[in-house]
Amino acid sequence: MWSFSNIANNLHKWLSETFNPTMTLIIEMVLAGVAVIGLFAALGLVLVIMERKVSAWMQIRLGPNRVGPKGMLQSLADTLKLLVKEGLTPNGADKLLFNLAPFVAMIVAMLLMAPIAFAKDFQLWDLNIGVLYVSAISSIMVISILMAGWASNNKYSLMGAMRSGAQIVSYELSAGLSILAVVVMTGSLQVSDIIHSQADGWWIFKGHIPMVVAFITFIIAVTAETNRAPFDLAEAESELTAGFHTEYSGMKFALFFLAEYVNVFIVCAIGATLFLGGWMPFHIGNWTQFNHVMDYIPSSIWFFGKTFFLIFVIMWFRWTFPRLRIDQLLNLEWKYLLPISMINLLIVTAMAILKWHF
Amino acid sequence: MFEEVGTTTEGDIIINVGPQHPATHGVLHLVITLNGETIKKVEPHLGYIHRSIEKMCESLSYRQFIYVTSRMDYLSSHINNHACALCVEKGLQVEVPPRAQVIRVLMDELTRIASHELWWGAMAMDLGAFTPFFHAFRERESINDIMEETCGARLTMNYMVPGGVMQDLHPNFQKKVKEFMQLYKRKIHEYDELVTGNIIFQNRMKNVGYLSAEDAVSYGCSGPAARGSGVSCDIRKIYPYEIYDKLEFDEVLETGGDSFARYMVRIREMQQSIRIIEQLIDNIPEGDFQAKTKAVLKLPKGEFYTRVETARGELGVYIVSEGGTTPYRIKFRSPGFSNLSVLDHIARGSKLGDLVAMMGTLDLVIPDIDR
Repeated sequence: MWSFSNIANNLHKWLSETFNPTMTLIIEMVLAGVAVIGLFAALGLVLVIMERKVSAWMQIRLGPNRVGPKGMLQSLADTLKLLVKEGLTPNGADKLLFNLAPFVAMIVAMLLMAPIAFAKDFQLWDLNIGVLYVSAISSIMVISILMAGWASNNKYSLMGAMRSGAQIVSYELSAGLSILAVVVMTGSLQVSDIIHSQADGWWIFKGHIPMVVAFITFIIAVTAETNRAPFDLAEAESELTAGFHTEYSGMKFALFFLAEYVNVFIVCAIGATLFLGGWMPFHIGNWTQFNHVMDYIPSSIWFFGKTFFLIFVIMWFRWTFPRLRIDQLLNLEWKYLLPISMINLLIVTAMAILKWHF
Repeated sequence: MFEEVGTTTEGDIIINVGPQHPATHGVLHLVITLNGETIKKVEPHLGYIHRSIEKMCESLSYRQFIYVTSRMDYLSSHINNHACALCVEKGLQVEVPPRAQVIRVLMDELTRIASHELWWGAMAMDLGAFTPFFHAFRERESINDIMEETCGARLTMNYMVPGGVMQDLHPNFQKKVKEFMQLYKRKIHEYDELVTGNIIFQNRMKNVGYLSAEDAVSYGCSGPAARGSGVSCDIRKIYPYEIYDKLEFDEVLETGGDSFARYMVRIREMQQSIRIIEQLIDNIPEGDFQAKTKAVLKLPKGEFYTRVETARGELGVYIVSEGGTTPYRIKFRSPGFSNLSVLDHIARGSKLGDLVAMMGTLDLVIPDIDR
């Protein structure tokens, strides 16, 4: 059966036969790097056109429909336009930080792709602290936003950056706590272990209500962490024009823009991995026939299907909800989400000890 | 309290919102003094779209000057034209035929709905929800189509003339209006589901931008902005013009005084407008659509004042005539100007994000403030 792992294994076999082990490793690293950059660009383009189509569908209009079949090449055309645009650096800006910030955002988004299992046995780096690595690297995101806001020498940018700093730091707590719920159940931080523990059922089904609570908390927290509406206070175009990237233009702006979408993809991929079984097919108890049919669907389709479903949910939020105010945003985290996820973690821990899950 | 939040100290941020800013619908310039996220002072700077309409009107004849007023509050151009036509008719002592009166009221109420629809969408957009804007435009579009058929224009109607209306209704008018009302009734629940009932929206609107009834009166607020504070000020009720005294409709009053009360006033006002249209649409009397007037109008020497209720509040037209063919002096009392003046008062002490919500509930149309 066609699968990503077959391709990777065959490639590895061919490379090891042709080159010596050191050369093989170097070539494989280069290939992985190119693949990540390619995936970064491709995901950005796909998600931008997806967002525009989803929003058009919700807003009873057609959306882009001129470039390419059904407008599918619109985001490619936009990227080309941004590539040839001049990247202005405003007077009085801190030039080094100003120019560095978009690259930090991009690098963070790329680093986060390492531990994601895109298909069965197809993963860049299955490190034993995978989930911890994701939470750690994603905290660096806020630095790029603060850098951009501070270095722009613009009051709107600064306010957007400060809002974003407060927001991301707060929401990381409940995102982390809801991730911990799964880690407690699995007993491992390794992504492949977490996925294999869901072979007989996804955590959202196996873990009773506490896991559903953890999943909902996770979705809310990551929506806030990626600065998506209704938590897009860092950008808040009706208050702060464009927030932290007000002064950015050309490709520097595009990097922020793409990094935002790739981050959305990554958090949804993490959510799908932790709660919805990653690339694991959907199985129902003893229905052997049904389970067999589900197994025939390639694992990459399962993974991307779940991830894009979560992405759609997050887009749905964006196009239906109004934006929160900064104090309401922090209230929601510190007064509701954090206590709920803490208590929830206690319940999950008790469940894990007493083996109350399916 | 006033000094405490109103004074600038070191460390305050002063930001210029506008004249080119996505939050201000038009070229309004607000100089905002901020302490972190908290607003200490809001200072509106006007004049970016001043076209000296009042001065222009002094050199135009009594038939011509009405057309300039469409450009004031462009969202209720029918009602602006109506106010001017009423004032000229008052000077000329012309009796408007009943058919023209009914047509005028119908057009006014359709305009009011269209204006409130646009406000609803723009208001939601200020709060960061984009989708309602397109849903509002769907209904507004059918009103624009109705207007286009009868008046030939979609925004600056120029349909009301001294003595009546410019031409008769389009044969499709009644059918189209009924279709619109069916569409509206079918879709109105979406408004509540998408915005009014939304918990985030309610939290953003309730207990924000409180305006007491006393302040509303002393700042000269009118229209939904004042009725949200419980001030009864609907000109259609207290100084009825045309046939409003014979119609059954309620003056919408909310006592909350906050942004949500002002929001609800407009939402309920749309339903009252529908009620008025329902009473009139099958009862348009036959007859002339325009009274016989002279080709060149001359107002007798004197001063004339009329007031009407636009979608934003009270619009007053004050004409001083020296007996010639053009007004000696003309003055518009626009609702937007006095409603804007209250912004600083209600915004102090609240968060920056709420400022746009308050501006939304005041329903500011900048060309109306800055004539």
